[in-house]
Amino acid sequence: MRQSMEPQQGPGVLRTIRWGQWGPCLALVVMCLGFALAEPRFATLDNIGVISDRCAIPLILSVGMTFVVLQGAIDLSVEGVMAASSLAVAMLVLNSRTGLDLGLFGMALAVLAGASIGLLNGLLVTRLGVPAFMATLGVWSVAMGAAMLLSGGQPPLIRDPALRAFGLGRTFSLPNLTIVALLVLALGFVLQNYTRFGRYSVAIGGSESLARQAGLPIDRCKVQAFALCGLLAGLGGTLESVRIGLGHVDIGVGQMFTTVTAVVIGGTSLSGGRGGVVQSAVGALMLAVLANGMIFVGISPTIQKAVQGAILLAVSLIATWQLRDRLRSVK
Amino acid sequence: MTEIVLRVENLRKRFAGVYALDGVSLEIRQREVVGIVGENGAGKSTLLKMIAGILRPDGGRIVLRGKGLSLRNTADAANAGIGMVFQEQSLLPNLSVAENILLGHEDAALRAGFYDWRRLRSLAAAQLDKLGSDISPSARTDALTFAERQLVELAKVLAIEQRTRTEPVVLLDEPTSMLDAGQIETVLAQIERLRGRASVVFISHRLEEVLRVCDRIYVLNHGRCVAEHDRASCSVADLQTSMLSHTTPAPHAPPAAAASKRPSTIALSVRALRCAGRYQAVSFDLRAGEVIGIAGAEGSGRESLCRALFGAEAPDGGDMLLDGQSIRLGGPADAVRLGIGYVPADRRIEGIVAGLSVAENMTLAQLDGLRRGPILDFSRERTLVRTWIERLRIAPASPQVLADRLSGGNQQKLVLARWLVARRPRILILDRPVRGLDVRAKMDMIRLIRELAASGIGILVIADALDELIAMSDRLLVMKDGAISGRFDAPDSLSERHILERMV
Repeated sequence: MRQSMEPQQGPGVLRTIRWGQWGPCLALVVMCLGFALAEPRFATLDNIGVISDRCAIPLILSVGMTFVVLQGAIDLSVEGVMAASSLAVAMLVLNSRTGLDLGLFGMALAVLAGASIGLLNGLLVTRLGVPAFMATLGVWSVAMGAAMLLSGGQPPLIRDPALRAFGLGRTFSLPNLTIVALLVLALGFVLQNYTRFGRYSVAIGGSESLARQAGLPIDRCKVQAFALCGLLAGLGGTLESVRIGLGHVDIGVGQMFTTVTAVVIGGTSLSGGRGGVVQSAVGALMLAVLANGMIFVGISPTIQKAVQGAILLAVSLIATWQLRDRLRSVK
Repeated sequence: MTEIVLRVENLRKRFAGVYALDGVSLEIRQREVVGIVGENGAGKSTLLKMIAGILRPDGGRIVLRGKGLSLRNTADAANAGIGMVFQEQSLLPNLSVAENILLGHEDAALRAGFYDWRRLRSLAAAQLDKLGSDISPSARTDALTFAERQLVELAKVLAIEQRTRTEPVVLLDEPTSMLDAGQIETVLAQIERLRGRASVVFISHRLEEVLRVCDRIYVLNHGRCVAEHDRASCSVADLQTSMLSHTTPAPHAPPAAAASKRPSTIALSVRALRCAGRYQAVSFDLRAGEVIGIAGAEGSGRESLCRALFGAEAPDGGDMLLDGQSIRLGGPADAVRLGIGYVPADRRIEGIVAGLSVAENMTLAQLDGLRRGPILDFSRERTLVRTWIERLRIAPASPQVLADRLSGGNQQKLVLARWLVARRPRILILDRPVRGLDVRAKMDMIRLIRELAASGIGILVIADALDELIAMSDRLLVMKDGAISGRFDAPDSLSERHILERMV
């Protein structure tokens, strides 16, 4: 019982990252090298800018999703939240439809709208006991409907020059949205590793019943995770809107798949308790690199979707393979 | 006499209408090590779980230092100064050791709401130091061995004293049952160490251990406290005697009648069956029409053995012969096909489907036999179900009642019926068939088991209380530490003492 553990060095946080989690990183590096060898134009600074641009919104979304999934739940309302906040921002800042011109404050309101939809998700799950899958699926549809109502078939155009400039602009040659995404990632990292909310989220995912038995505030953590996920989906929808310059119900189409895929292939387990925001960021980057690289090596856009799906399936299979063996030996 | 730290007054707990704990009172003094012994199902764990805030009592009081407690979870108990080391460990596997030790009480390691990991680790290390352990606080908990995790649990309990500024009450639920001899010594040494800074309650099946470390010992039997012993004036034999004294009327069934028509054919023969770490060299013969009871404490390997005989766990070696034919079970489906039935201990989880009716539950596994073409033959189902409801005396005698509306005893019969409806099994393995049943239901079930055996089925049965096991069985095997330590033909209550001696 006294045998000593292997001496370990380095800060505590890094020590909790284990070797198995480097798989996705390795895959990312291999993928980049492969594409770069096949097509030298892939490895140019310009193209890296394109990739980071493409990856910004999925990264923001997947940071929020990571906390929900870490707890063992799922949020399917992302696209609905994005649509609602897109319409909200487009009608609150200087635009072609309403007479409002709230500028940055309007943006903040749109993001908060996303957070309150997330809050609704959390309350449905914890207070009313609706399973996360069904609650967020329903809220997705409701938010989508609200966005359609606001849109009225005529998407409002965003005409605030400062916001458009921010959405399209660069700072120190990095796209502004990428900078926001990196800030969100940093925030997510701190939340996950240095706050009770983050650590309890990991604990809940590890075993909700043990966490409950230990008296952890489980419901509060769940509501916070859904609210955060909604807030970041709102931020994603808002940023995408100021980038393309209009509020549109389809602003988030495809993002649900991308987000969940990024989280899963990054190594965050859908049953919770394993993974984290950095892993999800790697997953988001992989998807962006893959989509971009496939164009370079001439894979037809029509089958790119299928390739992404196939990769998700392969990763899920690999991720659950060990688990399957373990289950077999137990049962 | 030193101060009384914890007093339990007339504590009661009911599960499904049956008292698991029926008015237990005891007291723990300062820096005292108190042992609690009793058969499986006597209520030891239930008692500790109520003191630790995991179960809520149905009656009675828990008084800590003169104040009545009302505990909702382990955090409440910890805040009051009570901590428990769990039999089925309570650490979160995917957190670090330090986080687990301070889980829910990280305030001292937070700086402006953010974790100061270095501080968290040093606080945890301070607790581990009390135990003389050098487990790294930053190690992931699931990377530790079982014994190391147990030490971490102990450190977590000791962390309580930092917060309450009083000496904690430490509850240990069979900390030694899963350990080897060397590790047991370490745990006992830890208990000695705890004596200097805490009050300890210790549950163990190993009576020698209890006598070695405990100052006083309470004996539980069928949910009641039947005796209190001082270590100074107590021997293993004294403990055994009090464990066996029955304060409640024992459910003695009609005497094992099978002796009259002692069957001849061997139905199942087990030869040198072994599974590393669980059981070794187990051999016995089960005859058609015979009931064999397997006695043994927690960790004796008897559950594992039964699961192997049903194909749910693969043994490492040895043979099983069914009617003289060697069989290999790839899974429970093979066992079912060969006519081996298994009724699990936890019928709520594994046995019945709560939302289905009695009839649906009964025929669930036999739908093939009730088909006419692709359509189920409902009139045949009805007749069949009615027959078995009558034969097993299931009440209420209605096929349409939802299964979860039945009492525990009737649910148990329903699970049994599922094995009987289509084709009579040759072997039935029953894991604790009378657990949680009241006295009448127990006697009814025991009679039923005897009847089933009389119809030619070979039955293997596990039960916790020895008197129950004796009432059910023609013969008895005793298992200890994975091996058969005793065999008893035609056991009666006189042999209880001898059986117990081989169990512990």
